Amino acid sequence: MASAPSKLYADDVSLVVVLLDTNPFFWSSSSLSFSQFLSHVLAFLNAILTLNQLNQVVVIATGYNSCDYVFDSSSDLNRSFENGRMPVMCSSLLQKLEEFLIKDEQLSKEEPEGKVKSSLFSGSLSMALCYIQRVFRSGALHPHPRILCLQGSPDGPEQYVAIMNAIFSAQRSSVPIDSCYLGSQNSAFLQQASYITGGVHHKPQNLDGLFQYLMTIFATDLHSRSFIHLPKPVGVDFRASSVFGQAQSEAASASDKKRKTPET
Amino acid sequence: MASTHVTKRAKYKTTIKDPGTPGTLRMTFEKILFVPHNPKSAGKLDVEFRYIKGQKHTKEGSNKPPWLNLTNNQNGSFIFEFENYSDLQECRDFVGKVLAKGGEVSEKPTVAYPDEQLSAAEMELRIKLLQEDSELQKLHKQFVLSGVLTETEFWATRKKLLDREVSKKTKQRLGFKSAMISDIKPSTDGRTNKVTFNLTPEVILQIFAEKPAVHRAFLSYVPNKMSERTFWTKYFRAEYLHSTKNSIAAAAEAAEDEELAVFLKQDDILASEAQKKIRRVDPTLDMEADEGDDYTHLPDHGIFREGNKEMTESQNELYKRSLSQDINRHAAVVLEGRAVDVELEDTKAVAEALAQSKQKSSNKGESDGDISRERLDRLSRMTEIEDLQGPNTLPLAPLCIKDPRDYFDSQQANALRTSGDALGGIEQIKCGLSTQEVYGSLRESISSIKAMGLKEPIVKPEVAHQVFDALTNSISNTKYHIGKNPQESVLDRLPRKTKEELLHHWTSILELLKHFWASYPITTTYLYAKVNRLKDAMSNIYPQLEEIKGSVPSELRHQVSLLVRPMHQALDAAIQHYEASMQKRSAQSGERPNGYV
Repeated sequence: MASAPSKLYADDVSLVVVLLDTNPFFWSSSSLSFSQFLSHVLAFLNAILTLNQLNQVVVIATGYNSCDYVFDSSSDLNRSFENGRMPVMCSSLLQKLEEFLIKDEQLSKEEPEGKVKSSLFSGSLSMALCYIQRVFRSGALHPHPRILCLQGSPDGPEQYVAIMNAIFSAQRSSVPIDSCYLGSQNSAFLQQASYITGGVHHKPQNLDGLFQYLMTIFATDLHSRSFIHLPKPVGVDFRASSVFGQAQSEAASASDKKRKTPET
Repeated sequence: MASTHVTKRAKYKTTIKDPGTPGTLRMTFEKILFVPHNPKSAGKLDVEFRYIKGQKHTKEGSNKPPWLNLTNNQNGSFIFEFENYSDLQECRDFVGKVLAKGGEVSEKPTVAYPDEQLSAAEMELRIKLLQEDSELQKLHKQFVLSGVLTETEFWATRKKLLDREVSKKTKQRLGFKSAMISDIKPSTDGRTNKVTFNLTPEVILQIFAEKPAVHRAFLSYVPNKMSERTFWTKYFRAEYLHSTKNSIAAAAEAAEDEELAVFLKQDDILASEAQKKIRRVDPTLDMEADEGDDYTHLPDHGIFREGNKEMTESQNELYKRSLSQDINRHAAVVLEGRAVDVELEDTKAVAEALAQSKQKSSNKGESDGDISRERLDRLSRMTEIEDLQGPNTLPLAPLCIKDPRDYFDSQQANALRTSGDALGGIEQIKCGLSTQEVYGSLRESISSIKAMGLKEPIVKPEVAHQVFDALTNSISNTKYHIGKNPQESVLDRLPRKTKEELLHHWTSILELLKHFWASYPITTTYLYAKVNRLKDAMSNIYPQLEEIKGSVPSELRHQVSLLVRPMHQALDAAIQHYEASMQKRSAQSGERPNGYV
C-alpha cells in the first residue's frame, strides 16, 4: 500500500470494518444483554464518524449460519429510515440487522447436541478483507482500513485453517485486525490475529463500561498509534487449534507465551 | 582342535637361575594368568598377550628341562618350566597361534566395556562437527568431559549429523580409459629386432575384461602350462599377426601352436554371452539385446550388401578379425564400467579378481527356472486381449468418510474440560434452549432498542472512570515491563551475556532431559547408573539458574523468572519422576530377601 496517495488525505482518515457477533446462542447466555451491547456499539460507531469527516464505517454481522453486510456509512441508502427516537444511521443498521437475523434463522438446521456454538468468524473476516481489497483498487485516494472484531462466541476449531488464511492475507495487505473479546474464556484465534497483523487485542474486565473501552482503545486511527500507547497483552496464546494435539491447561505455561525459544 | 584356553601346571621363573614358584598357568586368547599354589608367595602373574612379542623354548632332545620363555615388548621375559615336553608343546602351539592372530587383531581394544570401535574416519568426522558448531562443542565439553554422558550416548542422538557427513564422502569409481589397448605402441629396437611391450596391471585388467577368452586361457594355462612371460609373448605374437592382417599366416601358425590358436581365434565366450543375453530378453518389450549383438560370426556384421553375394568360405575365415569388432567390444566394456575395485598388484590377482566378479554377476542372473517362469507370466499378461477377459471384480472396501466435525468438536470439549473453566460448563448447559427461542430473544432486544433508543447514558460516569483508570495503569505497567513493540521479545532486552547463558542452559537442559527420559523404564544397571548421573547434573542446574536471576538488574528479574519457569517445571517433573521410581524400587526391593536391586 503506497503511502504517497494518502498524502492527499489527512493521515488519520480511517475505514473501520466492524465484525459484529450476532450468535444468538452466545447472547442468550451472556451477562451483557444484546440491547445494551448494541447501544455501546452504536454510540461508538457514531463517535468514529465524528472523529473525521472522511471516516467510513462498515458493519458486517457474524451470524450463526451466515454473514452479511448490515451497514455501510458511505452508502446513500441511509437516508430512507426516519425514526424520531434514533439517529438515522442507527435505525437503518437495526433494520438490516433484524432482516439478517430472520434470514439466519431460516438457514438453521438440526445440529447434534454438545456441538460448540461458534459463529462464522472466518466468513465475516473474509468478507471484510474482500471489501477492503475493493477499496484498495478503487483508486489512489482511500482511507486506511482496519478491522475491528467484536466477538464473544468461542473459537470454532474447524475454522482454524480458514481464519489463519485470512489473517495471513490481512498481514500481507497491512490491514491490522483489532479484537475485543466479550466472552468468558480466552480466544486464541483473536489473540493470534491481532498479534500477527499488528493490531490490538483486549478483553474488557468490566462489560458495563464497554463504550469506554471502545473509545479508549479501538477508536485510535492507525497513524496515531505510533505515539499513543495501547494495551499490550503479556503473552499471546499461540496454541494451534486443538486439532493439533492435546489441549493444554488455561494457565498456559510460559513456553506458550510469546518468547524466543531456541529450536531443538 | 582349537581350544580357547590352555591350563597347565608349571613353575614360574623370573630368571634362569630362579628355582621357580610352582603354580597353575592358564592362557586364554587375551592374557596369561599364573597363580602360584601357595597363595602367600609373590609370583602371581597376569599379562595380556598384547605385550608378548615372541617365544623361545628348550629343545626336546636336549638335556635341558622343558622351559618356555615368553618375551614381552619391554625386553623382559617370563620363563615357565613345565612338567614334560608335551605340555610345553601344547603351550607353544597355543602361544604361536595367539601371536599369529595378534598381528591381525592388534587394533582391537580390550572387551572390558561395551564401547563401539571407532574408525579413524569417524573420529575425524566427530572432531570436525565439534569444530564447526560451537554450541555442540559447549554441550560436548559440559557433559562428556565431565563424565555425565558418555561419548556413545552423546553421539547416539546425533546419528543424522554423522550420516550426512559420511554420505558426502562416497568415492567415485574410475572407469576404464577410453583409449584402445591396441593403440599401446611397444618400443622397438631396430638393431636387435626386438619389440618390448610394457604391461601394467591396469592394461592387463582391460585386456582381460575385453577378451574373456584370453582371461580364461590365462586362468587355465598359467602357471601350469607356461609361465606368465611366455603367455604374454604368445599373446603379442598373436596381436602382431592380426595387425598384419595376414590371415593365412595366422592360420598356419595356429595350426602349429595350439596355445597361440586360442589368441587367434574368435572369442567364443563373447559369442555365448551374447546368445545368453538374447535368450533372456523379453520379446514383448525389451530392446536390451537382439540378434545383431552376436555379430562376430556373421559376415559383414549381418548387414547385407547388395551385389556382393560371394562369400569366400575358407578355413581362414576363422582367423580373420576386423577392427570394428575390436572397437565395439572395447566401447562396450568401457561403458559397462569397472567391475573390479581392488588394488592391482600382479597379473594373477587381476585375473582372479575379474573371475570372481564375473562369478558374482552370473550368480545374480542365475536361477533360470525362476526367470523363465517370470517371463512367461509377463508375456501372458502383456498379450492379454482386454475385451475377451472376464470381469475382475476385486473385493473393494467401501469408503467410509466420517464427518470431521465430530473429531473437532470432541477436541473442543476436551479443551474446555481440561481448562477447568466452570463457566464453560454453564454456557453449554444454557444452550439447551431451542434455536427458535434464542433467535426470538435476540430480535426482541433489537425491537426494544428500536423502541427505546440508545441507553441513556451510554455509560455511567463512575464505570467509565474506573475503566479508564484501570486501562491507563495497565498500559503504563506493561510498557514499563515489556516495551513498546509487541513483536519485541523479552530476551532481547536482557544483557547479552545473560541471554546467552539462558539459551545455553535451555539447550543443555533439553539434552539432559532427552537422555533422562530415554532411559526409562530402567532395565539394566547401566541405565540405572546413567539416570543417577543425569539427576545429579540436573540438580546442579538449579543454583546456576538462581545465580543468573540474581545477576540481572531488578527490573528485569521478573521477566527472567518468567523465562526460567518452564526450565524449572521441566526439571521438577523429571526429578519427581525419578524420586517416584526410586521409591517404587525400594518398596519392591524390600520384599526381596537377597537385597537384589
